[in-house]
Amino acid sequence: MAFLELSHLEKSFGSNRVVKDFNLDVGQGEFISLLGPSGCGKTTVLRMVAGFETPSSGAIRIGGTDVVGKRPNQRNIGMVFQAYALFPNMTVAENVGFGLKIKGKGRDEIAARVTEMLRLIGLPDLGGRYPFQLSGGQQQRVALARALAPKPEVLLLDEPLSALDAKVRVSLRNEIREIQRELGITTIFVTHDQEEALSISDRIVVMNGGIADQVGPPFEIYNRPTTRFVANFVGQLNAFTATVEDGAAGRVRLAGVPVTLPAPVSGGSVDLAARPEALYLGRREGNDVVLPATVRDVHFLGSVIRIGADVAGMQVALDTFNRADQPPPAPGAVVELSLSSRDLIVLGG
Amino acid sequence: MSLWGRLTGWIVLIFGLTYFALPLLGLTEFSLKARRGVYSLDAYAKVIADPEFQATFGYSVMMALVTIVLGILIVVPTAFWVRLKMPWARPYVEFITLMPLVIPAIVIVFGYIRLYNTSSWLPMTGSIMGTNLLLAFGYTILALPYMYRAVDTGLRTIDVATLTEAAQSLGAGWVTILGRVILPNVIPAVLSGAFLTFAIVIGEFTLAALLDRPAFGPYLQRIGANKPYEPFALAVIAFGITWACMGLIQLVTRFSKHSKVAR
Amino acid sequence: MSTASTAPRRRLPLTWLGLLPFVIFVTLFLVLPTMYIVIGAFQDRDGGFTLQNLRDLNTGTIPSSYWISIKISVASSALGCLIGFGMAAAVVFGAVPKTIKAPLMTFSGVASNFAGVPLAFAFLATFGPVGLVTLFLRNNFGIVLQRDLGFSILSFWGLTVTYLFFQIPLMILIITPALEGLRREWKEAAEVLGATTAQYWRMVAFPILFPSLLGTFALLFANAFGAVATAIALTGSALNIVPIQLFAQIRGDVLGNPNLGYAMAFGMIVVTAIANIVYIWLRIRAERWMK
Repeated sequence: MAFLELSHLEKSFGSNRVVKDFNLDVGQGEFISLLGPSGCGKTTVLRMVAGFETPSSGAIRIGGTDVVGKRPNQRNIGMVFQAYALFPNMTVAENVGFGLKIKGKGRDEIAARVTEMLRLIGLPDLGGRYPFQLSGGQQQRVALARALAPKPEVLLLDEPLSALDAKVRVSLRNEIREIQRELGITTIFVTHDQEEALSISDRIVVMNGGIADQVGPPFEIYNRPTTRFVANFVGQLNAFTATVEDGAAGRVRLAGVPVTLPAPVSGGSVDLAARPEALYLGRREGNDVVLPATVRDVHFLGSVIRIGADVAGMQVALDTFNRADQPPPAPGAVVELSLSSRDLIVLGG
Repeated sequence: MSLWGRLTGWIVLIFGLTYFALPLLGLTEFSLKARRGVYSLDAYAKVIADPEFQATFGYSVMMALVTIVLGILIVVPTAFWVRLKMPWARPYVEFITLMPLVIPAIVIVFGYIRLYNTSSWLPMTGSIMGTNLLLAFGYTILALPYMYRAVDTGLRTIDVATLTEAAQSLGAGWVTILGRVILPNVIPAVLSGAFLTFAIVIGEFTLAALLDRPAFGPYLQRIGANKPYEPFALAVIAFGITWACMGLIQLVTRFSKHSKVAR
Repeated sequence: MSTASTAPRRRLPLTWLGLLPFVIFVTLFLVLPTMYIVIGAFQDRDGGFTLQNLRDLNTGTIPSSYWISIKISVASSALGCLIGFGMAAAVVFGAVPKTIKAPLMTFSGVASNFAGVPLAFAFLATFGPVGLVTLFLRNNFGIVLQRDLGFSILSFWGLTVTYLFFQIPLMILIITPALEGLRREWKEAAEVLGATTAQYWRMVAFPILFPSLLGTFALLFANAFGAVATAIALTGSALNIVPIQLFAQIRGDVLGNPNLGYAMAFGMIVVTAIANIVYIWLRIRAERWMK
């Protein structure tokens, strides 16, 4: 039984439909990411759950009760905003205690909860500071504590990391995930950063043009994208066009090499894709497809080396691990690339 | 926004706008009533033909222009210097420039009259020229808060230090830097301040009356006590001038925004 | 600094020279005249120190003129803040179309500078004995402003209503940017934490706006307290307020004692200074959370 249910949600601003027939069931304690480019409707979905936007149609149920029509302050929801949403006129402790004060809790109870929350976010000594005295990362942690202090049923995170610098972003996202697991709180996290979504979610909803393109665990989203958009948006991708020889048997010809796909295909040609790490430099056991290629450029990235190559006029990228005893090929070298036909992704729509 | 909020908003706004519209309407209507039974521009014709109007208005325009020049000469180098070399002094200079908003003008002019009278060490009120100058200085003080803020805001948008160093490296002296590098860059801000100064000076009453100078403000007050319709025509004219000044400020600001985008 | 080598005349210890023209000008035409008045308030006719002038402020019509001046200033600034806030809020928070904002700001710029003699004429032509509104009410409803509504343009309320014409726009000009500085996220964060709109205003928005509100109030107060021209043109000497009394004193020494005049002027400075000191003190307390 899903704890948070969004069914047939629609939202239009004037004639502009920004969310179309959006369905999602979130289990108790699940961490869901809404991932997509800006303008895909992910923030609008979040704001409808929070109650800042009223759906044009559809239902939002939390714990079985429909909350559409309830004001944000009646929904028992916690929310963290992009940035700067701490009340500047209150200390950290006052910010964290705000929700409890609104609920009319006693002074001692508030103080105890604030202390607990500040310890949880690892800032036990900063209760007396004002927001302007904190770094961006600290501010967002306080914002998280403020959202969690009144024990909400659902936590909404609206791109909480996008205003922070790269290092803080990584450490804070892990921290958020840890805290979320510890409290077991149902969470929706909106982001446009695929790496962020992949690294901390139980499931990801990839959104495009107001529609949920694909819903699934990060592993599945990354390895088995069902649409061209998802494949392109999540991770890097090599796209090939192959001609179909026997669709029912899954036999196609890729760069002149015959390949047998695990599933049947239809039509005269089919779009295939492979992740850079699915391609292997040279031959290898189990890699049934071998493609001739010319090395175009070599980028040394540290633990990984990314090689750009031409395969029958198509440009591909492949990742290979750096090994001190194996220098990478030089640009212009003619090499063989191999891959397993099971790693080929058939791109639909 | 809820219906309730929307309704309250409209009520407040309409109430306020009515409050502002009524006196302007009353003023304009009254100024047109010089001829019995019909609306006419008689009052305006009479006023404009009045040589005293021409004289006092001309005097006030002259005063406004002198005040603007004085204001620019004092404010631009000061604001520039403070930004460039003495940033620590900025709060103090700002504080001083805001004082004319706190000390009533009547108190300041009272001080002038006693401090610079005929028997003092600097007998400015002893001669007409001296009094005129004193009046212009007084207006410069009154306009100081507006002028300084306008110019300082203008300077904030340009990189004063870099511009100065660039000009110096090309061999420019301070006068050249100020007049040909800094001033042209803050012209929109200076113009805003100038138009505001103009609006303030043109109808100013207290200083001119107490220094006994033949300015537009005292003339307006005097004629108000003696003539039936002319003063209202004059008030409409004064309002029109204020409006024109604000319109020019808007225009200048908009123009400068465009030029910034283009850069 | 790179300038030191190219222009040796301008070595660092001499930088203050650049401020000299400003300092001299301000000293001569702002500081000294004010000091002269302040010192004069504590001197007798022969230049000796005395507190008698200040004591004499408590005689005749002077206390009542201060009182009515303060009342008018407080009333017109309080109402100006309230109405100006309401109008600015209606525009900023989208109760009325946003397109109204630009014309309203321009108009506020005009109206806040439309003080003095012309303003008095405008109100005379509207609420005076033969003014537009007066005649309209009398001819159409048989209501006589003065008799039936107790309103006279030459009274406390008359002057207050007139002052509002520049007080409200000044408030709008100053408070609009402050209102626009209120972030939407603050309202939403408060809401999602359970706060009602009223609670949001009481606990978040109002405390944030408090310094600006306070500063504007102090400015409006000084603005009304020192207004001479409007009062003189409107009421002549019918209304006994401080600036009018001081004006008459400067013109003709009606108090018969120049030093008492200084004391009166000094009193004006003290009143506006108190307003501003209260403002600064409250602002420092309110702004602990600011950079």
